[in-house]
Amino acid sequence: MKKLGGKVLFLDKDDINTDELIPAKYLNEDSKKALGPYCLEDLSAPGFDRARDLPGKGAIVSRANFGCGSSREHAPWALEANGINVVVAESFARIFRRNMYNCGMVAAELPKAVIEELFSRFSGQETVMELDAEKGEILFSSTRAGILKLPLSIGEFELAMVRSGGWVEFAAKRY
Amino acid sequence: MGKTLAEKVFETHVVDKPFEDLWVLKLDTVFCHEITTPIAIADLQAKGMDKVFDPKKIKAVIDHVSPAKDSKTAEQGKALRQWARRQGIEDFFDIGRNGVCHALFPEKGFVRPGYALVMGDSHTCTHGAFGAFAAGVGTTDLEIAVLKGVCAFKKPKTLKIELKGALPAGVYPKDAMLAVISALGMGGGTDRVLEFSGPVVDSMSMEGRMTLCNMAVEAGGTSGICMPDTTTADYLWPFIGPEGEGLFATKDEALAEYSKWSSDEDAEYDRILGIDCSTLEPLATYGYSPDKVKPVREMGEVKVDQVYIGSCTNGRIEDLRAAAAVLAPEVRKGRKVHKELRAILAPATTEVYAAALREGLIEIFVQAGFCVSNPTCGACLGMSSGVLASGEICASTTNRNFSGRMGKGGMIHLMSPASAAATALEGRISVARISAAKKGGEV
Ligand code: SF4
Repeated sequence: MKKLGGKVLFLDKDDINTDELIPAKYLNEDSKKALGPYCLEDLSAPGFDRARDLPGKGAIVSRANFGCGSSREHAPWALEANGINVVVAESFARIFRRNMYNCGMVAAELPKAVIEELFSRFSGQETVMELDAEKGEILFSSTRAGILKLPLSIGEFELAMVRSGGWVEFAAKRY
Repeated sequence: MGKTLAEKVFETHVVDKPFEDLWVLKLDTVFCHEITTPIAIADLQAKGMDKVFDPKKIKAVIDHVSPAKDSKTAEQGKALRQWARRQGIEDFFDIGRNGVCHALFPEKGFVRPGYALVMGDSHTCTHGAFGAFAAGVGTTDLEIAVLKGVCAFKKPKTLKIELKGALPAGVYPKDAMLAVISALGMGGGTDRVLEFSGPVVDSMSMEGRMTLCNMAVEAGGTSGICMPDTTTADYLWPFIGPEGEGLFATKDEALAEYSKWSSDEDAEYDRILGIDCSTLEPLATYGYSPDKVKPVREMGEVKVDQVYIGSCTNGRIEDLRAAAAVLAPEVRKGRKVHKELRAILAPATTEVYAAALREGLIEIFVQAGFCVSNPTCGACLGMSSGVLASGEICASTTNRNFSGRMGKGGMIHLMSPASAAATALEGRISVARISAAKKGGEV
């Protein structure tokens, strides 16, 4: 299975919507890669500076109802084009969550208190996340705040998507 | 234990449960538009699977940017157009015959009670107004939907929303729905079907029910849903009766068949939310999320740069009638929209446009100084035909007020078509004269 996670981008805001992940005016792009430069262009979140914070990241930690709004799969694609393949949040909008797994990426939910702890302990420092979907484990580490290892419950379907690389691969054969 | 309507659709459509709690449903129809479909088509082509499960069950439209505004959107239209021809999809609606998907497809009779359907568009929940399970999906799900005619869902719970009492004059389905979203919050309906019932829904037209269901996703809902009744059968009659497909000889027959698509008395709901509509007044949003709602009366002095009437939420004929009813008496006095503001009307479909012409509504809008555009999503998603400049404020009948949605740095206040028309006249958010406007849009 591919490596999941990387350096963490903390986005301290509820209800980050897919218009913020990728504005509609770029929906006329015809390749997933072309979306990369516009990812999070319109997002304003406390402490977030796009030019400084987005490059080099592999994972996002955010708050409640992440990915709400438009069904555009361009949102996960724009993240992927920037090297991000995991989002961890308190909760997700249904379509975004499914889109992530359909692309073989991970949208993982952690309890509010845990998200709170992640923000208070790790945000503002270089933090790395490693996610092991098979073991159901997620690990955060930084030089200053040390290591935090957490169990992660990932459903059968979600695991199958991460393993197979997505829904098309799975369903085209089965149906 | 009884079942909800959504559960009944799931149980009659399930073809596989490959994992715990994952239901793969057989789809009755799949809708497509030019923004989310071309990448699915390209991916299928690249994988050597350029096929569709059934060309008769696929309906496609160019609506988001119509007509094309630049080379890239022209390519998207071309990709959809060529695919429709190649696959023999006869129900393909090009510009001139098109309309915003969620207004067009119901108008063509493509949605029926008991259907399971998907589209690569979050407001697909609109079609639940006909007693269907209708859900927005991403491009990957759409790809499998057009190829195999199936889509996977976790079985959603049902949230019952009872709209009690009656809507006072000047208060519309949009106001009722803003009250619902405000009560649920943006994530309050996630993984839930929002089932609308109660006397207000019973007496509501299909257009009004579509407005309710359209915004289910703004509370996170998977689908809106209303129980089919005589209003539904009347609306569908041209398609299902002897003049149409001849499925039923009489409306009673149709109703008897459709009555199986309703929730049982003892169905189990995740939650029941009751709203007394008799005490509602015109509402508007004030922030960057659709659950930030307050009475227009309490909005204070909000000067508006643009008024936009249109979209899959409120661009139907009834909406145009309601707005025109507010404008007409003033227009007759020679009054126009406020001079420091511009107003746009985008009828949701070609047929809505034609009906508005026949009824003399377009004349009223034009005399009032509205720019009347062709049917398109256009400014609703900030792609064309009325994009805001930074710092501008728009009073809009659409469904989403996210920051930047209609253009970077722009602010949107969602409201009903009547409130938007009143705002256009006043130049600031207002409901002046709307309750005095004649009911039913006589102008
Ligand atoms: S009118 Fe707006 S909300 Fe409706 S389908 Fe078009 S872009 Fe989406």
